[in-house]
Amino acid sequence: MGILEGKRILVTGVLTEASFAFHVARLAQQEGATVVLTGFGRMSLVERIAKRLPSPAPVVELDVTNTEQLDSLAARVGEHVDGLDGVVHSVGFAPQTALGGSFLETPFEDVATAVHASTYSLKSLTMAALPLMPDGGSVVGMDFDAQVAWPGYDWMGVAKAGLEATSRYLAKYLGPQNVRVNLISAGPVKTMAARSIPGFSDFEGVWNDRAPLGWDLSDPEPGARGVVALLSDWFPKTTGEVIHVDGGVHAVGA
Amino acid sequence: MASTEEIREGLAEIVNEITGVPAEDVQLDKSFTDDLDIDSLSMVEVVVAAEEKFGVKIPDEEVKNLATVGDAVTFIEKAGS
Repeated sequence: MGILEGKRILVTGVLTEASFAFHVARLAQQEGATVVLTGFGRMSLVERIAKRLPSPAPVVELDVTNTEQLDSLAARVGEHVDGLDGVVHSVGFAPQTALGGSFLETPFEDVATAVHASTYSLKSLTMAALPLMPDGGSVVGMDFDAQVAWPGYDWMGVAKAGLEATSRYLAKYLGPQNVRVNLISAGPVKTMAARSIPGFSDFEGVWNDRAPLGWDLSDPEPGARGVVALLSDWFPKTTGEVIHVDGGVHAVGA
Repeated sequence: MASTEEIREGLAEIVNEITGVPAEDVQLDKSFTDDLDIDSLSMVEVVVAAEEKFGVKIPDEEVKNLATVGDAVTFIEKAGS
């Protein structure tokens, strides 16, 4: 019997089989969960990929910055499951001007776009799914260590710092409804999203050199396991937390 | 086993369905990015659809070597044989 037996989980952010969210969905199913995916933009691609999960999963469309789609999300997800026990936020976006070293020149409109899609969306998604979680649930988001400045990560780093704060406030305001909100701060993995970050290769050396446990840039499984653990009943009194699944890099200076 | 021309036709159908590029433009000497203007995510979907249609596996690290339609057809021929 798996640790998510009987749980109903909404997973955002599946695009390809390399997507972090794909591995979360796969592991969640293997642990007994019923999974519904959301897709954005390339719906036909997401639907093809959804068929490659151990159990083909239904896909509902969701642009996390689209108020209409957020307002109707609970009803559309409700066509597939009678409620939710967990929600996975694995989405983010920053215009190219906000990444890659032009930090000092990025116009506010582009920063706003990044924060809307990557930070505020944790609140938007959680509130959109809340009607399906009357008895509480677990919300898990994907973080990248925002305590320090990284080469080229730029305004996405700012967005991630905001994501960490957003999850703490959500934890505070939703705790009374028994909703836990936590983040997994994972080490870098080569996904489609990672390929769009200029300077991603600069991160690689850091993990190769510093991770006490070692780190495999091609293996999304450790981070995905962290997400599944937080979705389970085995972190019952943990909320507003950032769990590092980074091989230990955050803990060491060199 | 499908002939080269049958694979090209099948691939052309996929490319047309996903990107709207006319199937008759999908010829062996055409580059996916330079001639057919297919972006990286559409290419991912073409690969996924081709794997299903032809019952082959096209690994990620192989995709970047498939510059032209002919490269893809050759790969599918070999993988399927």
